[in-house]
Amino acid sequence: MLKNKEQERLALEFSQGWSYAPAPESTDHVQLQERYSLFIDGKFVAPSSKKYFPTVNPATEQVIAEVAEAGKKDVDKAVKAARKAYDEVWSKMPASERGKYIFRIARLIQERAREFAVIESMDGGKPIRESRDVDIPLAANHFFYYAGWADKLSYAFPNRRPRPVGVAGQIIPWNFPLLMAAWKLAPALATGNTVVLKPAETTPLTALKLAELIRDSGLPPGVVNIVTGAGATGAALVSHPDVDKIAFTGSTEVGKMIQRAVAGTNKKVTLELGGKAANIIFEDAPLDQAVEGIVNGIYFNQGHVCCAGSRLFVQESVAHTVVRKLKDRLKTLIVGDPLDKNTDVGAINSAGQLKTIRDYIALGKSEGAEFYESPCALPQAGYWCRPTLFTGVSQSHRIAQEEIFGPVLSIQTFRTVSEVIDKANNTPYGLSAGIWTDKGSKIFNLGQQMRAGVVWANTYNKFDPTSPFGGYKESGFGREGGLQGLAPYLQFD
Amino acid sequence: MSSSVPTTIPDFRLTPTIDQVGVEERAARFRTRSIKKEAKVAGLKLALSMIDLTTLEGQDTENKVRQLCYKARHLHDAYDGLPTVAAVCVYPSLVRVAKQALGDSGIRVASVATAFPSGQAPMPVKLDDTRFAVAEGADEVDMVISRGRFHQGEYNYVYDEIAAVKAACGEARLKVILETGELGTLDSVRRASEIAMHAGADFIKTSTGKIKPAATMPVTLVMLEAIRDFYFQTGKMVGMKPAGGISAAKPALHYLVMLKETLGNAWMNNHWFRFGASRLANDVLMQLVKQQTGRYQSSDYFSKD
Repeated sequence: MLKNKEQERLALEFSQGWSYAPAPESTDHVQLQERYSLFIDGKFVAPSSKKYFPTVNPATEQVIAEVAEAGKKDVDKAVKAARKAYDEVWSKMPASERGKYIFRIARLIQERAREFAVIESMDGGKPIRESRDVDIPLAANHFFYYAGWADKLSYAFPNRRPRPVGVAGQIIPWNFPLLMAAWKLAPALATGNTVVLKPAETTPLTALKLAELIRDSGLPPGVVNIVTGAGATGAALVSHPDVDKIAFTGSTEVGKMIQRAVAGTNKKVTLELGGKAANIIFEDAPLDQAVEGIVNGIYFNQGHVCCAGSRLFVQESVAHTVVRKLKDRLKTLIVGDPLDKNTDVGAINSAGQLKTIRDYIALGKSEGAEFYESPCALPQAGYWCRPTLFTGVSQSHRIAQEEIFGPVLSIQTFRTVSEVIDKANNTPYGLSAGIWTDKGSKIFNLGQQMRAGVVWANTYNKFDPTSPFGGYKESGFGREGGLQGLAPYLQFD
Repeated sequence: MSSSVPTTIPDFRLTPTIDQVGVEERAARFRTRSIKKEAKVAGLKLALSMIDLTTLEGQDTENKVRQLCYKARHLHDAYDGLPTVAAVCVYPSLVRVAKQALGDSGIRVASVATAFPSGQAPMPVKLDDTRFAVAEGADEVDMVISRGRFHQGEYNYVYDEIAAVKAACGEARLKVILETGELGTLDSVRRASEIAMHAGADFIKTSTGKIKPAATMPVTLVMLEAIRDFYFQTGKMVGMKPAGGISAAKPALHYLVMLKETLGNAWMNNHWFRFGASRLANDVLMQLVKQQTGRYQSSDYFSKD
């Protein structure tokens, strides 16, 4: 057997030889307008502010469309429409009828899946492989799943007389634009609430296409309203007195602002915030599959994932092997045009986010961690970051403490089970964790001791509408998905 | 490099664990790669050059083998610039015929040996079988492991048998058939791969083609990853041959994608990778002609030998 040092003289060669020709997904079938207004009371209406802002393709820096900026007046109009629809139509409709509308939305998403996938990749920079195989099918599945609950709420919560809350204000992030809209809308509608939804300012297009789809579905006007804009629009929605419930997914910083804003009101709140998840590899783990799990954990969606496995803990006895395998795997990741079917890692969502990531990479270097990045070439235009990892990281490094929200992995080693439990839980966040071992008892032991809302065993970043998702500590509170995801939109006796 | 490698044989009870779900997911991911245009043509030609054109039947005759050898040298004369296949694979009794028929074409003669396909024969018989094939002119020997002994946990027996056959091969390259369809789990596939490589296999091969399932992408991936680990442990390259069940061009391209992204460019040639197949060549030819003309032709435009 060769020693570790001798192994370093060996290398696999991935850059030469047979390579794949470009395979761009066609955009011919995509219908986009040059300018989008606000979707209020079943119609697209111009903003009272008359202001529009551009939304940019992060892979080309080209403007794709202009989108209305909703001011206070527009938000008020949307909330009024939602209230009217709630009082006059939606809360009075038999639950089985409500379910039919939601089923119809789910089917329409499936029918238009290809268009949605392409727009999602154009507007957000994520690879078409992910938007096509993950985002859009999962979004449809959420509507299907919650449609089924609509007329069964009294079975979900026996003897508690579940009733809708009223008007829900929902604010969603830019990392999974349509999927997050589905996570928010589907349970709210199934439980009989009406909604004002604000998509993120960098990725509003699939939500607006969803508005068109909802209009085509015949859903009664005002049940779903979609207002676009940045932070101020969100703040207007949160502080609107006639909103009964706030659901927010985004940064911990904004989550704290929202909690301050609703303090002293009767508004129900759920927050799904940041994360800095531990992904733990034991020496008895299936290492090649674990390496794949590490890649899916941190480079999926360019690392723009709140539950990303950004802190890797590897047992010391296999650390050398795992890091070597991981570096080889990074060489085979294809970074580039999000619309190419062979792309594994797409564009960073915005110039601002790219700057944040670069600052953290510089910080990691200055903190003395050992830096490695994939050797891939990057396109000229657009916002790009190579898949990156840091070894020699300790708990006291800021790159191991703070959420980077990019394709940057920090790797630490550990010796014992109790040590890794301590370190994994030693974070203000607690959204998710991963455990890799061949031993079932170890999975159950660690699974119970992780202070994290989701714990994956021998896999990572798996999502299903039937499974609840949410955080501990500064990762937020409330659960989305599954039966548990109904509760935040209901009041009980 | 090899001088620094101690000749320790690892404890084969402690081979790395495999997660089947993860392997299947990774294998499926290779199938999502989109191979078009010039990449497709280059991939198809590469696949052709990696084929071990095979006939392994009780009814094989000298004439059948001669016909197959002509096909091996002239895959589709209407298409310029095609490679030949890598080898023709026959039973030991037909090696001499194949050797003569292939002449100086550079196409190798591979022969199954060791009481193929069951391997249920005494060791001396298997070694005689091997020596006979080599003496008749086989450039490569495809042996089967004793799956029964493997299931009994007699890993030393399996190892010793492979090492003995390797010695009997002399200059001929040895391909070790694990018959993964009879091993039951991917953990066993991994273990058998390690035994074969440590015992001196030049290639590890999935299947005889007589048992279903034969080659699958998950099984092949586990074996490729074992080859990768063995390379880093010893500095030695080992070849891979999925055999049986790969009869269409598209899956063949997916295997090449998997090979490229697992072991890299050094393995992307017929010295280190083979397809054991009898029907694959014609489907690849059909796709190549389609790329050239834009039309699919009927299978009657491609010779069946």
